[in-house]
Amino acid sequence: MSLEQKTALVTGGSRGIGREIALSLADNCAQVAILYAGRKDAADETVRELEKKNVKAMAVQCDVSDDAAVQAAFKQVKDAFGPIDILVNNAGITKDMLTLRMSAEDFAKVIAVNLNGAFHTIKACYRDFLKLGWGRILNISSVSGLMGNPGQANYASSKAGLIGLTKTVARELANRGVTVNAICPGFIETDMTGAMNEEVLSKAVAAVPMSRLGTPKDIAKAAAFLCSEDAGYITGAVLQVDGGMYM
Amino acid sequence: MDIASKVISALAERRGSDPKEINNDTTFAELALDSLDVAEMVMDLEDAFNVTIDITKVKGTVGDLIEVIKEAQEA
Repeated sequence: MSLEQKTALVTGGSRGIGREIALSLADNCAQVAILYAGRKDAADETVRELEKKNVKAMAVQCDVSDDAAVQAAFKQVKDAFGPIDILVNNAGITKDMLTLRMSAEDFAKVIAVNLNGAFHTIKACYRDFLKLGWGRILNISSVSGLMGNPGQANYASSKAGLIGLTKTVARELANRGVTVNAICPGFIETDMTGAMNEEVLSKAVAAVPMSRLGTPKDIAKAAAFLCSEDAGYITGAVLQVDGGMYM
Repeated sequence: MDIASKVISALAERRGSDPKEINNDTTFAELALDSLDVAEMVMDLEDAFNVTIDITKVKGTVGDLIEVIKEAQEA
């Protein structure tokens, strides 16, 4: 699954699933740029980890909901690394609240980052992908986008929207050597699950047929495959990596 | 070579057809170019003429494309 000579860009790449995807792509010899929203210390640490794998790596601060900021960040990456071959849209936020009490601002903000952000980054790469005649776009959606989830009207809508975006761009670029796919992670071990009490956690695990939480590595391995040459005939796919939670 | 000749020659090269068979009234559909083909053409022509072309102004014919490039050059 060598990605030698390829440049990957992962949004939300400094922590959690995005970080693990960036590391996994680096294992396959890609140069990796990560975009991060605010945690410079985490981004710098991830860059150091990437460089330990003997690949070139860089981090750029960027609010993906801001189209102009995305264009500027991509220019910075392209000036340093050349055209982007692999784009992973992982940046996402949550602002959970029952729909009844969710503010319009919180609804819009989550859509702006999770969905509009992916649209902005895809636009920033689209031309390069056409010119290269090769490309991989991977959008990190969620089982919330497939199943819905109480308290996540904004998040689930954004993740369902990402699936529509995935399938549309997949169709647009299908005969240009560019694949566009989505992964829907289920319940994944993160800082958030680490802070949950045992009772809540065991109830959550009970909803997973495999009876365990997923790990960021579970997602990263699937991501690395979908970004590889080996996955060249897979496009418009929505792959659940959720221990059987949604089937 | 003027703009029209360059555009027609680029289109003919892309389609592997004779430039003489292409004129201002030829439609992209007649050349079997879909919207993404046209977008790619526009990108190549942007590089060739060093202009930024508003792709939304490029309608259905070769003549439209030539006009938009002329406008972009004059802007």
